[in-house]
Formats: sequence, C-alpha cells, structure tokens
Amino acid sequence: MDALLLQFLNGLDKGGAYALIALGLTLVFGTLGVVNFAHGALFMLGAFCAVTFNKLLTLEQIVLDPEQKTAWGTPLEIRTPYVEAWLGDFGVFLVNYSVPVSIIIAIPVMLLIGVVMERGLIKYFYKRPHADQILVTFGLAIVIQEIIKHYFGANPIPQSAPEIVAGSANIGAWLGLEGNIVYPWWRLVYFGFSVVVIGAVFAFLQFTTYGMVVRAGMRDSETVGLLGINIQKRFTVVFGIAAVVAGLAGVMYTPILPPDYHMGMDFLVLSFVVVVVGGMGSLPGAVLAGFLLGILQSFASMNEVKNILPGIDQIIIYLVAVVILLTMPRGLMGREGVMED
Amino acid sequence: MTKLLDREPVALLVFSAVILLMPLWLTPLGANYPDLLQKFAIYGIFAMGFNILFGLTGYLSFGHAAFLGVGSYAAVWSFKLFTMNVIPAIAFGVLFSGIFAFLIGYVSLRRSGIYFSILTLAFAQMCYNLAYSVLTPITNGETGLQLTLQDPRIIDRMFAPAGAGLPSTNFFGILMSGYSGFYFCAVVLIICFFISRRIFKSPFGLTLLGIKSNQNRMGYTGYNTRPYTQTAFVISGMFAGLAGSLLAVTDPLAGAERMQWTASGEVVLMTILGGVGTLIGPMLGAWLIKYFENIFSAFNEATLEQTFSFLPEPLAHAAVAISGLFVGEGWHLTLGVLFMLIVIFLPGGIMEGWRRLARWIGGGGGGKAKSESAAVAQPAE
Amino acid sequence: MSKIALTRRNLLKAGAASGVALAAPMSFVRGAYAEEFCNMPTGSTVTLGFNVPQSGPYADEGADELRAYQLAVKHLNGEGDGGMLNTFSSKALKGNGILGKKVEYVTGDTQTKSDAARASAKRMIEKDGAIMITGGSSSGVAVAVQGLCQENGIIFMAGLTHSNDTTGKDKKRFGFRHFFNAYMSGQALGPILADELGKDRTAYHLTADYNWGWTQEESIKNATENLGWKTASAVRTPLGAGDFSQYLTPVLNSGADVLILNHYGKDMVNSLTQAVQFGMREKQVNGKNFEIVVPLFSRLMAQGAGENIKGILGTTNWNWSLQDDASQAFVKSFGQEYGFPPSQAAQTCYVQALLYADACERAGAFTPPQVIEALEGFEFDGMGNGPTLYRAADHQCFKEVLVVRGNENPSSQFDLLDVVKIVPRDQVTYDPSIFGGELGPSDVKKC
Repeated sequence: MDALLLQFLNGLDKGGAYALIALGLTLVFGTLGVVNFAHGALFMLGAFCAVTFNKLLTLEQIVLDPEQKTAWGTPLEIRTPYVEAWLGDFGVFLVNYSVPVSIIIAIPVMLLIGVVMERGLIKYFYKRPHADQILVTFGLAIVIQEIIKHYFGANPIPQSAPEIVAGSANIGAWLGLEGNIVYPWWRLVYFGFSVVVIGAVFAFLQFTTYGMVVRAGMRDSETVGLLGINIQKRFTVVFGIAAVVAGLAGVMYTPILPPDYHMGMDFLVLSFVVVVVGGMGSLPGAVLAGFLLGILQSFASMNEVKNILPGIDQIIIYLVAVVILLTMPRGLMGREGVMED
Repeated sequence: MTKLLDREPVALLVFSAVILLMPLWLTPLGANYPDLLQKFAIYGIFAMGFNILFGLTGYLSFGHAAFLGVGSYAAVWSFKLFTMNVIPAIAFGVLFSGIFAFLIGYVSLRRSGIYFSILTLAFAQMCYNLAYSVLTPITNGETGLQLTLQDPRIIDRMFAPAGAGLPSTNFFGILMSGYSGFYFCAVVLIICFFISRRIFKSPFGLTLLGIKSNQNRMGYTGYNTRPYTQTAFVISGMFAGLAGSLLAVTDPLAGAERMQWTASGEVVLMTILGGVGTLIGPMLGAWLIKYFENIFSAFNEATLEQTFSFLPEPLAHAAVAISGLFVGEGWHLTLGVLFMLIVIFLPGGIMEGWRRLARWIGGGGGGKAKSESAAVAQPAE
Repeated sequence: MSKIALTRRNLLKAGAASGVALAAPMSFVRGAYAEEFCNMPTGSTVTLGFNVPQSGPYADEGADELRAYQLAVKHLNGEGDGGMLNTFSSKALKGNGILGKKVEYVTGDTQTKSDAARASAKRMIEKDGAIMITGGSSSGVAVAVQGLCQENGIIFMAGLTHSNDTTGKDKKRFGFRHFFNAYMSGQALGPILADELGKDRTAYHLTADYNWGWTQEESIKNATENLGWKTASAVRTPLGAGDFSQYLTPVLNSGADVLILNHYGKDMVNSLTQAVQFGMREKQVNGKNFEIVVPLFSRLMAQGAGENIKGILGTTNWNWSLQDDASQAFVKSFGQEYGFPPSQAAQTCYVQALLYADACERAGAFTPPQVIEALEGFEFDGMGNGPTLYRAADHQCFKEVLVVRGNENPSSQFDLLDVVKIVPRDQVTYDPSIFGGELGPSDVKKC
C-alpha cells in the first residue's frame, strides 16, 4: 500500500513534468501547425537560465596567493563570491533560493527567445511542408545545444533546491498512515508548480479575449484572419508562451535532474509521444496524457511488475502509446483534421 | 543532356560511373578510404529506400532504423550460425526486416499523419530498448553482436575446419573488407537505384503519388489505398534491412544503437536534406551527413594549425580559434548550421540547389531538368 | 559526358567500365603490397589514433583524455618536462619519439556508440595510417573497437572501460587494458565496506540495465555476500532514465540499509542526486545509518552530483591527490599545461600511450606481435599506481585500487575525493580463467 502510494506520487511528479513540456509543444503544434523539434532545446535553455543565474550569483573574486601553491605548482587561487561580499546575508539568501528566484529571470528571457525565434525563423515556415519544419528546427536545436556545450561543457551542473525544501516530507504522518512514507519536498513543490502553470495557461486561453482569439485561431486561422484580427501577432505571443512554459519546466527541474546540454534531446521524443497520445490540437489531452504516462511508467517500474514482465518499464510508454493510438484514432482527446494529412 | 538522363540505360550508366568512380573523385575531398565509401553506398541505399515510403506516399516513418537494426542482427546471426558467405546473410537480413516491416506497417498504417509517425517511432523505440537490455542473449546488448571463435557456422564447417582467428565475411572467396567491400556495396546500390527508378516510373509509383496528394480522393476513385501503402512500407523496410545487412557484411557487428530514434531521425534528415521525393536527393543527403560525421569530426587543433600555417601568426591564431568551433568536437554545430542554411535557402534540399544551378547555367536545359524531379518533388506533408 | 550517352551503352558495358574502375583505385592505396604489416611507419614519423568521445554524455571525459594524450605526445617527443617519463621504471624511452620517429596523432569522435567508434577507428586505420588506436569512455565502445583492431592487426590500448568483459570474455590478443575492472572494484571495496559499515548489512542494488552494469552488480554482490551481507533486491534501471524516483521509492521500505548504485556517468549523477533528495543519507534502518555506495567513482562525473557525493564510498583507478612521485610529476605537468588537475580517465590514457611507446622501444620494432610480446607479462612501476603487471593471460593490468570517499570539506572544486585506502595489488588479483574468453592469434596483418 505504501509502495503504491509512493509510486502514485512519483507518477504525479513525472506526469507534471511531462505535461508541462508537452503543453508548450501542443500549443505550437495545434495553433501554428509547426512541428517544433527545438522544443526540447527550449526546455534545456530554461534549465540553463537557472544555471546561469546561479553562476552569476556565485561569481567569485579570484586573488592569487603566491605563498600557497597548488599540487601543480601554480599559486593558489583564493575565491570569494562577490554577492556574499556585497550583500551579506541577503546574498546568501539569494544563492540559497537561486532556483526559484531564477523563474523571475527565466520568464522574460524565455519570452524573448521565443519571440525572436518565431519572428526570425519559424514564421517563414508556417506555409512550408512539415518536412522542412523538422529539418530547420532540428538544425536550430543542434545549434543551441552546441552553443550551450561550448560555454558550459558536457558535464551535468548540479543545482540545489533551497534548504528549506531540501529534505523529505513525512506524508505518512499527514495522512495518518502507518509506516514511514516520506517524499522529497522539492518534488511536491514541482508538482504544485506544474499544476499552477498548467492552470494559468488554461485560464489565459479560457478567460481572456486574447486567449479566445487564439483558440479561435486554433480552429480556423483563415476565418479569424478574415475577421480583421491580426492573427500573426497572436501567434508570436503563443510561441512566446510555449517557450516560457518549456523554460519554466526546465528551471524547476534542475534540482531533480542536474542539467546538461543534451537534456532537451532526451526529453524531445517523449514529449512528442505525450502530445500525440493526448491528441493533436488538444491542450487537456496533452495534460491528461502526461499524467497518464507518468503514472503508468511509475507502476510499471515496480519490482512486482518487472518480475512478471521483464523490461516492461523500458517500453511501457511506447506500448501505451501504441494501444491508445490503435483504439482511439486521434489519441485521447484529439480533434479531427489537425496534422492528419 | 538532361533529356538523355531520362532514358533508363543512360541514367543507369551515368549513375554507375559516378558511383564506381567514387574512389577517384572523392580523393581530393579526403574521403577516399574504404570504410567511408562503404558507408556512402550503404546509407545511400537506406535513404533511397526511406524515400520510397516518404517521398512517394508522404507517410513519414520515424522508426525506420528498426529495420536497419533487424537486418544487421539477422545478417550477423547468419554469419554466426551458418556461413561467412554474404549472400545468405543479405537474404536473411532482407527477409527478416521485410517480416518486421510487414507487421509494423500493418498496424501503423491504420493511422496517418503524425499518428503514423508516432506509431512507427514507438515500435522502433521498443525494439531498441529491449535489444539494449532484456534481449541481450539475442543481441548482446550494449556491446553489440559480434563473431566469436565458438560460433557453430555449420555450413562453413562442412568444408573446412575452423581457423585460429575469426573468419572474414566473403562473397564466394572475395573478402568483403576494404575496397572490394565497397564495390560490392556499390553494385548493390546501383541495383537499388535501378529498382527505385523503376518504382518511381511505374503505375504503382504513380498510384502512391496519388495517395500522397489526396488519399481521400484516391479512395473515391475506387482505389483501396492500404495494399499500396503497405507494399511501399514493406519495400522500404526491406531496403533498410538490406542496408543493415550490408553494414554487417562490411563490418560484422550489430549494435543496438543502430535502432535508436536518433538513427531513425538521421535518415529523415538525410532525405529532407537531399530532397524529398527525388530519386538521388536522399542519397546525396546521406553522403553529406556521413561526410561531416567522419571527416569534420577528425580535425583537431594540430591539423588546423597546419592548415592555417601559411597565414601570419596572429591571423592564423584567430583562424584556428574560429574554425575550431566548427570542427573536431564542434562538428555537430556545423551540421546544425548546414541544416538550417539549406532548408532556409533551398526549400527542396540539395536537389533544388542542383536544379537552380542547372537553370542558371543552361537556361533552357534547367527547365527540362526540372521535369524529372518536379513531378515528384511536391511538398511532403 | 554526352558522347558517352549518345553511344547508348547497355548494362554489359557498364559492367566492363566498373571493372576498370575497380582496378584503378587499387594503385592509390599507399604501398599496400610493399609493407610488412598494416600501417608500418616508413617515414620519419609514427601516427597514433586517439579515439575519444567528443559528443554525447562523456564529452568532458573525452576532452580530458585528449588533453592527456596530447601531453603524452609532447613528452614522448621530448617537449615539456617529461612528466611520468622521469619516474617510469623502464628507461627505454629517450624523449626522441618512438624508435627515433616523431610521434604524430589523429583524433576522432566515438560518440560513445559502437558504430561511430568503429567508423572513426577505421578511418584512422585506413586513411590516416594509425599504427595504434587508444581511448574511449565506455566498455561497449572498448569491446567493439578492440574487436575491430584484432581483425585489422592494430594494437588497441583501451581507455576508460570498467566491465569485466573487456579483458574477460571479450578479450583480444591486440587489446590491452590499464584501467581496473568491476571485479577488482568488488574485491577492493568489500573489506572496506565490512570495516566501515559492519558485516550485518542488507544491500539494495540499482543497476544500469546493460553489460557493464550487470558485471559490476555481480562482482559487488559476490564480494559483499562473501562478507556476510544480504542482498534485498537487485533492480535493473533503463540507461538514461533521467528520473529514477520510481526505482528509489521501493528502496525506502525494503528493509535494506545500504543502497548500491551500479551507475556511471549521467545515470550516476541523477540517481545519486535523487537518492539524497529522498532523504536516504539521514535515514535510519535497523538502528543503523543508511548508506549509499557508488562502486565506480569518477571525479569528473562526481562534479555533476555536487554536494551529494559527500561521504559516499566508492573505488577509483587513480586520483590526483596521491602523493607518490609519479602521480605528482603527472599532476604537475598536466596542471601547468591546462590549469587544473587530471582525471582518472586522463591518467589511464596517458599511461597507456607511454606503455605502448615503451613496448615498441623495448621490442625494437613496431611489428605488432613483437610489441604484444613486450607488453605481455610486463612488470613496471612509477606510473602512479604502484608496482603494476600487464598480465599475459588476459592483457589486464594488476595494480593498486583506490577506495575513496566523497570529501566532506573540499578545499577546491577539484578536491572531491578522499583516499580511504590503497588496496594492494595481491588483494585484487584473480584467476584469469573465471571469465573465460580467448585472446586469439597475434598474426601480422596487412591492410
């Protein structure tokens, strides 16, 4: 029972991550009709926003001490972080909270990256075949990756969660259950965060006029254009939002998964599977599929299951995708006519 | 000239000459060594086969590498169990990939568009993940399936006792390593070109094109499209299996990463880069990618310094520093930039560049050149 | 072109043309018939092939390997301060290249994929004329390239590869490994674990689901069970799983009090980071502190896990903090060249390059069978690992193994590992027959 509860939590947590990444992708897919292979790179860029912010905060003044030598004979470097020196306790606080604080920085940065990407490149590809979109966004993803690799190296760079949420929460005690049921605070935070972001995107689309136009554009962009609405401008904003959502997913994921330049590619295939299983052009579908796949993946990894079906945890996501796509022609909640030709 | 190229014997002859003379004209490019030549021929076949599905029907398979892997495994098992002769190995490779393609195609072709792509991707990823881990007894997992001294090789053993070392793959006595391996692959490539050309020009190929431009309308005119797409899928899977078995022929090892989605993605990129739906475009795309992978990754600082040593010192330093970003460990960056440049400026890939070049040079001749490829080079969706 | 076209040749003639073409390039192969063995150096230089991962998860490790090789080439050619050449027990190398020929090198990217690694090695053999291939950062690649080198009669000096198979069931006459293996990790780590954690422990293994992971799991399991530990469970995790939470939660209530992570690289970084987040470091089970063990530690990779490696036990091939003359000489010349200390991957690669050069000098020739003979059973010292033997039976080096612990108070960003114990060579030596495999012949091969 404990095991099942914990796996369910794992599933929610994974599902939150999958849903967040898939959400931006399906927005771009459904609204703009663009197959964006650079979406994983946006996720990675978000994570590196956090890394960069942390690096800036921990920039150190380096003083060479000729008295002391390193093992290879050069003078020892004495490092003192600027921020701590200037800001004192507040500096320490800032470093401690660098991951959540970098959200504030990631939002404008990712929005800018998204808008520049859309205006500078993607908009010329709306009318082009999907094959061309794949090639250009894949090329872009490689370029972004290599730039990050050039500056940050290939090794993962650890980011720590604020100390206050570093440990584990005793969930068993909250629920009044026997046994030792603990779960990392940060993962709970991540789950909560993903719910908030998903909710915010839905609210934006559902309750604002802006969102309404975008939704109308998703259905039939031509007619919306005929009504005299500048749908192009809306599209740019949609792309920006997608980039921000992907970036935020990346920022908050860094304490769980130390980011490296390749993490976007690792998530790319998975996010496509989630989007398609959810159904093209359906935001709730993507979220539902994200949580479904996350939870199933967690349960499939249990020893009891693996003993019966060895290797099932390796293929469960794809197996579920196949079953769903064969039983439901357009995924869980897909709409007719989107990306079917 | 271009008109003549439309004639089958001429086209075949010119193509054969270009392929077989590769060791000559690739020498100045630094690409004349057997392994890369073999890879050019083999990946040319792979991309050409992929194009039969994607270029003609518009169905974008994102799991074609699975068939490449199956072909390799089948071929290596044939070397291990039966004989080092390559003919049975190729036969098994094509056969097994054909069976896989039939089954996966049968299921996946029930859907179209992106749903089809994800189905094929899912099947290929399942193959890869299982081959890497739980299927290790069959695939030897991470290490890759290799020949060992303990292999039974029953047919070979009937004629000669086992030698001290590992035997080599051969085509009735001709060793399949080095240049002879390349010529073997080259001949297979030429045959594949011939087959692929015939398919493109046949009523079957035209039907597939019809399916691509409007599947519903094809349905209304009384065509049952499924058998056509299914056939195209199996043929294209068998081409991939053939390429996979040739990989094993020239180098008897089969690794699981051959089936990973990145490998499937690579053939998609090759095809788009070269020109979807054109006869030789995908092959050119394959050559370009393999060339970058093998030649550009090999540059290091020392070679760069040598290259730029004719410049004055500070200039040479700057040149080394800048070019160093794009070669050696930065070869991926060059590839990424190249993808973007080609697709931005040459929609339609390398073949589009060729067509523009022909038009620019020859005026009237270019228009004709267009006729062969333009008929099939409609945007694929 | 158009003239050829006008004559309308048919297929038959194309066949004839291909015959001509077939004959033509043969003459371009560099003196293929004149040479005694593949890529025999004929000029004043000798070319070595450095095949390291430059892209993919081990790119940083590969970059460090390449730095070490470049340093080794410098030292072999008599530039720089000579590094470990000064401490090496064999004095055959004089700093004038190898056998008087200047050392040059070519590089390639293995991408940590067997196919790409073999393609890159083939390029070095077929195009660049490399006489020896070395490098790599995973066992799959090492085994694949080693097999290729055996077929081509080229000597392969393995880089970082830790699987038992490299010099076990997949050993080859032309392949040599200086790095230690999973079995030795188990033998070295077992007694220390018993000392530090007691004999009454229950272990839970998380194992990367591929070849290397399995051999390590088996080795560690055997070593710990011999000391009286119990194994609660051994769970396989997919390579590159990213999020390991679904494998970590069952550990919490399994009754196990030690978690053994048979992961390397990114998997290790992720699973360790997440295990610590799950509160495993603070946990108490059966009245004992819960412990995490990472049997194969790499300082370079450990950087990715940050704070989380503090206090974690593991083994490593070499660490720059060692105080012997050889290690210090190497750290000094590497540090002065690049500004930071070398990793264990760099050390093993540097040593491998030197050992190959030395074997050629001692054999007095580049002819592979003679070089192999010189390396087989070679006993040496002064390379940072104490007295070392290149065992003839399986081409595995036997030397000291370091048991290390994540440093609690690092003095710098490089000072991540504390050496707990240097386990002597006798304790990790084993009978070569336990892993099977055959070396195969050492015939001279032509290209």
